[in-house]
Amino acid sequence: MNLIYFILLPLLGAILNGSIALISAGRKKEEPRALVSAIALGVMLVAFALAIPLALDFFSGRTDPILSSLFSWITVGNFKVDFALSLDRLSVVLLLIITGVGSLIHLYSVGYMKGEAGYAKYFAYLNLFVASMLVLVLGENLLMMFLGWEGVGLCSYLLIGFWFEDEAKAKAGKKAFIVNRVGDFGFLLGIFLLISFFLPEAKEGVSILSFSYLKTYIHELGHAHVIFIPAGIIGLCFFIGAMGKSAQIPLYVWLPDAMAGPTPVSALIHAATMVTAGVYMIARMHFLYDLAPWVLQFIGAIGAITALFAASIGLVQRDIKKVLAYSTVSQLGFMFLAMGVGAYATGVFHLMTHAFFKACLFLGSGSVIHAMGGEQDIRRMGGLRKSMPITFWTFLIATLAIAGFPPLSAFFSKDEILWEAFHRGHSLLAGLGFLAALMTSFYMFRLTFLTFFGDFRGTEEQKHHLHESPWTMTLPLIVLAILSTVGGWVGIPHLLGGHAQFQNFLGLGHGSLEVTASDHLWELSLMVLSVGLALLGMLLAYVFYIKNQSYAECLARRFPRLYRLLLNKYYVDEIYDALIVNPIKGISETFFSKTVDQKFINQVLVEGSAKTVKNLGRVLNWLQSGQVSVYAFYFLAVISVAVFYLVFS
Amino acid sequence: MFNWIDQNILSLIIFTPLAGAVVGLFLPSSQRRVFEIWTLFVTLLTFVLSLHLVFYFDNGAGYQFAIFKPWIQSLGVQYALAVDGISLWLVVLTTFLMPIVTLFSWGAVGERHKAYYLLLLILHTGMLGAFMAVDAFFFYLFWEAMLIPMYFLIGIYGHGDKIKAATKFFIYTVVGSVLMLLGMIYLYFRAGGSFLLQDWLVLDLSTSEQWWLFLAFTLSFAIKVPIFPLHTWLPEAHTQAPAAGSVILAGVLLKMGTYGLVRFAIPLFPQAYDQAYPVIASLAVVGIIYGSLVAMVQKDIKKLIAYSSIAHLGFVVLGLMAFNEQSMTGAVYQMLNHGVSSGALFLLVGMLYTRTHTQAIANYGGLAKTLPLFTFVFMVVTFSSIALPGTNGFVGEFMILAGTFYSDLSLWAIVASLGVILSAVYMLWMVERVFFGKKAGESLKPLKDLNLREWLCILPLLVMIVWMGLKPNFFLEKIEPAVKTLVEIKSAF
Repeated sequence: MNLIYFILLPLLGAILNGSIALISAGRKKEEPRALVSAIALGVMLVAFALAIPLALDFFSGRTDPILSSLFSWITVGNFKVDFALSLDRLSVVLLLIITGVGSLIHLYSVGYMKGEAGYAKYFAYLNLFVASMLVLVLGENLLMMFLGWEGVGLCSYLLIGFWFEDEAKAKAGKKAFIVNRVGDFGFLLGIFLLISFFLPEAKEGVSILSFSYLKTYIHELGHAHVIFIPAGIIGLCFFIGAMGKSAQIPLYVWLPDAMAGPTPVSALIHAATMVTAGVYMIARMHFLYDLAPWVLQFIGAIGAITALFAASIGLVQRDIKKVLAYSTVSQLGFMFLAMGVGAYATGVFHLMTHAFFKACLFLGSGSVIHAMGGEQDIRRMGGLRKSMPITFWTFLIATLAIAGFPPLSAFFSKDEILWEAFHRGHSLLAGLGFLAALMTSFYMFRLTFLTFFGDFRGTEEQKHHLHESPWTMTLPLIVLAILSTVGGWVGIPHLLGGHAQFQNFLGLGHGSLEVTASDHLWELSLMVLSVGLALLGMLLAYVFYIKNQSYAECLARRFPRLYRLLLNKYYVDEIYDALIVNPIKGISETFFSKTVDQKFINQVLVEGSAKTVKNLGRVLNWLQSGQVSVYAFYFLAVISVAVFYLVFS
Repeated sequence: MFNWIDQNILSLIIFTPLAGAVVGLFLPSSQRRVFEIWTLFVTLLTFVLSLHLVFYFDNGAGYQFAIFKPWIQSLGVQYALAVDGISLWLVVLTTFLMPIVTLFSWGAVGERHKAYYLLLLILHTGMLGAFMAVDAFFFYLFWEAMLIPMYFLIGIYGHGDKIKAATKFFIYTVVGSVLMLLGMIYLYFRAGGSFLLQDWLVLDLSTSEQWWLFLAFTLSFAIKVPIFPLHTWLPEAHTQAPAAGSVILAGVLLKMGTYGLVRFAIPLFPQAYDQAYPVIASLAVVGIIYGSLVAMVQKDIKKLIAYSSIAHLGFVVLGLMAFNEQSMTGAVYQMLNHGVSSGALFLLVGMLYTRTHTQAIANYGGLAKTLPLFTFVFMVVTFSSIALPGTNGFVGEFMILAGTFYSDLSLWAIVASLGVILSAVYMLWMVERVFFGKKAGESLKPLKDLNLREWLCILPLLVMIVWMGLKPNFFLEKIEPAVKTLVEIKSAF
């Protein structure tokens, strides 16, 4: 089957719904909402249905990728890039996530966006996002990946700023795009480096940016040991791109703000799919990173630090979506930790389970926000489990999953990451990870307890309106909760009697290391430790937020500075403003624009030289007064100077 | 019949607008509609004629559709026209933009319409002649001939301090071209009394000769591009020019500068160029960063786009200086992209101006609510301008940067790549202030969204943005052979 249908279907949906949106706006008519939903959801379901037989093909043993080359995109001299797609074991996993979880979130959106203006526009953007995301994942070369990479960034920008009348939301969209562009700068440099490395010897008609070409040649060069340093620099450049898209320190700042978008968008784009693109990219390019251990070290360190850093901010946030946003940053950190220790497949495994439980959490929070009439502050919630049981139970399951309780999905994926980190000799990173895992469990149960337990703390009016969401919203919740439960069972480690099928299926990188009997003991102890930490986190949250709520306030009062530091997210936004944004604006305004451009170049140089010419003309004009006596004076003066000169020289 | 057309197609294209202007002289000046339709007809006819070039262009190097006829025999001046892969697309860009500009002007020009449309047609011939001439005398004639109608278009139909802007534009350009004229006269004698470019290319110039001539030519073209720090005429001219004038200025006239570099300065004086290119490349990179930063803090939409043009043209010049197949092909392609994208931006700002009569960003806000269709179009063009993959802008910028990176100007390419971030900053910030939020004020007066005529203006540009972004090879395969010959000149040297 030609893979282009995966792109064309959502693109068709985007074009149709976009046209509906434009035509309705032009004629100032109501949008045909049923039709819009049918188109948007229809294309997603068809795409998902088409993906299943392909996935089964791979699951039942297929190893060679499916290729679809459409046309040559850019050809200049011996540089050539094709518009080509490829599906292999890695991308088929993401294809299923994107179309599957994507379909669920489209369905959810039908309920969530019911009362909103711009319904057709919303679904057009959402379909366009899916099309771009599939280009990113299926792209057979780096430039196709970049096409999708920027495409998803565009959709993210449009959807964050969906309610553009609110200036703060429009600004959040802009911030996301610009911070991502900083990352893209690295991505582009990586591509340029690869081009200058391979183009001089490239044969005409060979696409040097295609992954198959890069894999073969980088591998060959790796054997010859000529590419150790370049591979590192190139890998670092691409990782800068990943830092932007996947919200790692120091480029994570856009993601919390991105919560300004509609909640299903947060679930789809800013949790399940787009933000994991950086992880996917590294898995896709693992052959490059295999040659650059020091870059992997760096990636692992960034991942572990981000995991801990973001989790610590999440401890005290009051906005239900902000907690989940920092949680996403933190979980992405775990994935990069896995990448950094060379456990690529495990990172992708966590990517998948995260897509399930985080989408479930976000959609659950959307359901809560919906019931609360737009309220997002968890201090005004409480006791919601009675009025919205489905939302509560699914949210609880996803919370248990992310906290790492067995046998839920993230127990297997997160534990595997920490074990791999430890086992491959990165005990410090593993330690940071365990600490972050403890915090994860705490902030997630804090969130759950404050939202669903205790007494309702909102207004009477809100209380009156509390309701469970319609089936369009609860059905996706239920499905995702099931996936959050069983999603990890495809990667049960050998220790627990599983076969780590998922990791074997992907077969990325070096595979697993030799395991000895004493390793088994370690693995088991770490497993016990991580379950213990999850329990401890839950227990602490219980003590602080259910048993006796004054403890939390007490603690905040006891450490006011620390509390404020966390609450204000370590003042990172303020620091960036003070160090980067404002100086650039100031220098551009006062120095470049006003001083250099207006004063110096325009007034002094350009108009100055014009004035000099003009004044010269005035002098000449004055000299030529037209009076004979004056000319006679010039004549005499010149003669006398000449005589003077001749006589005395 | 076909043969006759094929042999004389360039003359037909050049003189159709001029003939249209001559006929226009005799049309009754009281009938505005007559002029509007007549000019549209003439420009469309010219466009259709220029499509002949696209269809029958043979994807190879060298002159095509050439016409060589003696003209002023006592001076050895020839009527010499030809196109190659580089000028072909610039000719088509010109003929493509002119009907759009005309159709746009229907709604913007009220008084003195006769002179306006005649000036447009004369300008049209001037631009086409400059792109097609392969005889330096002839080129110079058209080069100067373009100035006069543009001067009047800004001076009469502009707004604000229009006379000053027009005069600055005029004097600045003339000062540059006088130097070029001197250089041309020198070369004329050096070549034994010939103005033909192909005679000049085989001259064996000494290093010092090359240097002086290179400076004279490059200065003239650098003003036109404009290369930093010779750019200050541009923002003023743009702000004061009528929208149609801005579209032509940004879309076509600026390309005269970069085209001059490719056609004259670089191939004629390769030795001097070989020493000077790091300097010019540095100025180009300064132009990219500086232009972007200054664009960011502008308070007038047109000024902002004008400064962004300086940055975009910086990419073109950088690509030309890196001088390999990829960077130069990208540079030529970027000339076309900039013509389409900036042309479209100025057109859209013009449409906004006819509704609100203000260009100050602060007077806008929340337009996305009142003008949804206009906003959609503006966003598409914005993302083309910030080189989103899938649009035309990406292909050009990517090829330029990739090519430059793998030449010996890698560091320049890295700094220039920062422009990728900055373009997003200034464009999106402007979009945010103009279209988002919910500011009350003058702009909240019930504005009308795009009408049919405006859609007809903008739709072809949108199609080009996507087409040139997804299927650039249609264009690149015609550009590349010409660029290849250029690159070989240098490697032979």
